[in-house]
Amino acid sequence: MHAAVSLNDVSVAYKNKVIFTHLSLEIPPGQFAGIVGPTGSGKTTLLKTILGTHQVFAGEVKLLEQRVDKLPAGSIGYVPQLESVDWSFPVTVEQVILMGLYTNKRLLPWPTRQERNKVHHLARRLGIHDCLHHHIVNISGGQRQRAFLARALVNSPKLLVLDEPTAGVDIKTQHDVLHLLGDLNKDGITILLTTHDLNAVASHLPWVICFNGGLVAQGKPRDIFTNGILTKTYGGDIVIVKHGDHFLIANSTPLHLTEKN
Amino acid sequence: MDILLEPLAYEFFRHSLMASLMVGALCGLIGVYIVLRGMSYIGHGLSHAAFGGAVVGFTLNLNFYIGAGAMGLLAAILINQVTKGGKIKSDAAIGIVTTAFFALGVAIISRVRKFTQSFEAALFGNILGVTNEDLIVIATVTALTLALVFLLYKPLLFSTFDPDAARVFGIPTGVVQLAFSFILTLAIIASMNIVGVTMIAATLVIPAITARMMTDSFSRMLIYSTIIGAVMGLVGMYLSYFFNAASGATIVLFGASLFCLVLLFNYLKERFVLHEHIHRHGEVIHSHPHGPRHEQYEVSQAEGDRRNER
Repeated sequence: MHAAVSLNDVSVAYKNKVIFTHLSLEIPPGQFAGIVGPTGSGKTTLLKTILGTHQVFAGEVKLLEQRVDKLPAGSIGYVPQLESVDWSFPVTVEQVILMGLYTNKRLLPWPTRQERNKVHHLARRLGIHDCLHHHIVNISGGQRQRAFLARALVNSPKLLVLDEPTAGVDIKTQHDVLHLLGDLNKDGITILLTTHDLNAVASHLPWVICFNGGLVAQGKPRDIFTNGILTKTYGGDIVIVKHGDHFLIANSTPLHLTEKN
Repeated sequence: MDILLEPLAYEFFRHSLMASLMVGALCGLIGVYIVLRGMSYIGHGLSHAAFGGAVVGFTLNLNFYIGAGAMGLLAAILINQVTKGGKIKSDAAIGIVTTAFFALGVAIISRVRKFTQSFEAALFGNILGVTNEDLIVIATVTALTLALVFLLYKPLLFSTFDPDAARVFGIPTGVVQLAFSFILTLAIIASMNIVGVTMIAATLVIPAITARMMTDSFSRMLIYSTIIGAVMGLVGMYLSYFFNAASGATIVLFGASLFCLVLLFNYLKERFVLHEHIHRHGEVIHSHPHGPRHEQYEVSQAEGDRRNER
């Protein structure tokens, strides 16, 4: 079976700064994977490389068996970090979702009835139908995440990429969003996301990729979230508390204990 | 009514009224994208660069529009390139590129003194000296801009709102940006002889921010801003005639007054129609908005509070 995401001996740099070299990584279709790693580890650059918005110095990136720059428009669903969104921009939830369809060849500015129906159907499925005509600033954090998720899904992509979908939302919203992604994955969509939340990955995602200037390890959370691999990824002591099928990841030395020492 | 028809007897007024109406609508339309991209001073900068270009063009015996257009477009492309790396922000890039081009024009004028008089119109606007050639240029640019904004509505909106995502979704953001720089430069060149280099930023920004305060919808903001721009041009021209004041200044002053009115209206609406205050429902003390649009909410909230009390 061909990979949904395939990086073959890829090297990437920002001007004269090398971010990672000779990276080979394959994500099979139908996978639900999370990329974790410390700040500055190159996670976002890896995501941009996969999305084709950052040029590779060497190597080849293929998505859905095609070179990323040759992919037809709308093949990938993408949800940016919500922190990067201008919330004062004058658009409603419906207009945000419709943007996902802007890559079609139709030149007229207004949507067709079919496009509008598609948006309404998706909004109903994601539970944001009631706020379709609200301005984006007037909805909750969870609804915002769902609005951008709807925009990413409106083209029925086979691959969905999310940049920090759990950042800046409360634990309940985080749980809801990850469950929703899990349901979408069950429908056959390959999902790749970056996150800082190891516990969310441990409890919701079947596959984890540890990244720090290169691939440290990848596999099922229970195999990957070991003291050795996490210390290698984050460079500090990390404690893993296991309780049955669940586990909790924490910094090994709380600040108040460090101060006493 | 006669008082409004009286100035139309003069050909110069009819010309300037048509010019200011079109320039107002044009700047109102383009201004929406400028304001939402956080580039409010691009108009100010590009018109300065175009002024430098007009002077250079004059020394080379070129038409005003050719010199101004070439230098304006070059400045827009340079600003794009300088900001691409992310290290230099657009305000700084506008400051460097356009001031350098303006300085070139000033340097040439100061070397050859006879230019000074000819370029006053470009600096302060010369709406009363609008020629047929000016009207044709303005009408062509307005029609072209309307057509491009209509045809590029979707890619322009997506790349203005979320440029990174637009690129991932397959929008050719580089081409869209270039097309926008092109129509922006054309709009500024067509407008600078009318409102003047010194006033152009206001004619671009005022209609857009006034429209922004009136709606949360992008398409409505485009329509409102275009209408406000046209009304600014129309009323500003009449004010200029009746008060015998510089037309660029009366257009901008009328626009600024309109903006203040909308600002005041919004304040009063929030303060007295939709207002929020702390109050009590039984033992529950809370705060939420009051007013016609919130009556439903208020009733259901009060109902909920009563249920909670029980």
